[in-house]
Amino acid sequence: MKQLNKFSMQLLSRSANESFARVAVSAFVTQLDPTIEEINDIKTAVSEAVTNCIVHAYKNEIGNIYIQVRILECNVVEIKIRDKGCGIPDVDRAMEPLYTTAGGERAGLGFAVMQSFMDNLRVVSKVGKGTTVTMKKRISVRVKSNGQQG
Amino acid sequence: MSVKIEVNGEVVVAYLSGDIDHHTAKPMREEIDKAVESNMPTLLVLDFKDVSFMDSSGIGLVMGRYRILNPKGAELAVTNPSPQIYKVMHLAGLERLAKIEKGGMKNEAVK
Ligand SMILES: Nc1ncnc2c1ncn2[C@@H]1O[C@H](COP(=O)(O)OP(=O)(O)OP(=O)(O)O)[C@@H](O)[C@H]1O
Ligand SMILES: [Mg+2]
Repeated sequence: MKQLNKFSMQLLSRSANESFARVAVSAFVTQLDPTIEEINDIKTAVSEAVTNCIVHAYKNEIGNIYIQVRILECNVVEIKIRDKGCGIPDVDRAMEPLYTTAGGERAGLGFAVMQSFMDNLRVVSKVGKGTTVTMKKRISVRVKSNGQQG
Repeated sequence: MSVKIEVNGEVVVAYLSGDIDHHTAKPMREEIDKAVESNMPTLLVLDFKDVSFMDSSGIGLVMGRYRILNPKGAELAVTNPSPQIYKVMHLAGLERLAKIEKGGMKNEAVK
């Protein structure tokens, strides 16, 4: 699919950046005139992916998180969140609802949220190398009051 | 502070505010647990009216409080979640652990 616009950023895996990351991504997406629900879905999914980099990928260190957002044809947003952390040994297992390696205060629902709030989720990971989460969502086209399409 | 505690007899109400994510959940948990420990409520109400955003870290927070209250025979309720927050709670199946009142608690529980 053709790329119409792109935004990328790199952040340290500090938990204070969780809110910045989701707000920055959702602000970029507003150019597609999403509904409040669509923007909230994106915010929540980004928050999950970024938090996973901080909590799991760079568990005992501070590393870089790479975020790339692309606007593609047909009102599709593609969000790529990448880390160079510990990697996931079994991605299918990790994506099962309620599966967590953190225990205690984590629900094991981050991937389930990403999966259900976005149209498409792909996770590629290599132990010792890192993880890339790619999510896509099609933003609905709303008919504006002047009759033109958004 | 991001948590305001109100005690009404055997009911503790924790009014949460701001965004709940991994960064903010820990201090909130600690405040709530302190209030539970010192008041031994039979019902803990977590009020989300002023919570602007929540991700799965908030689910962890609710589930974790359930795990503390349940063995003591105490109950958990959630009030006033926004549509975004309710969507996350519903995905997690939280209604199985806590009563969720989208419009706030009925009078029997909170005066
Ligand atoms: N970027 C990552 N790097 C390494 N491991 C990861 C990464 N993302 C997820 N994982 C692994 O996948 C598991 C499941 O992730 P998921 O987000 O679904 O749940 P969680 O983070 O454990 O809990 P929650 O998101 O509900 O707080 C994690 O416990 C962790 O083991
Ligand atoms: Mg997670």
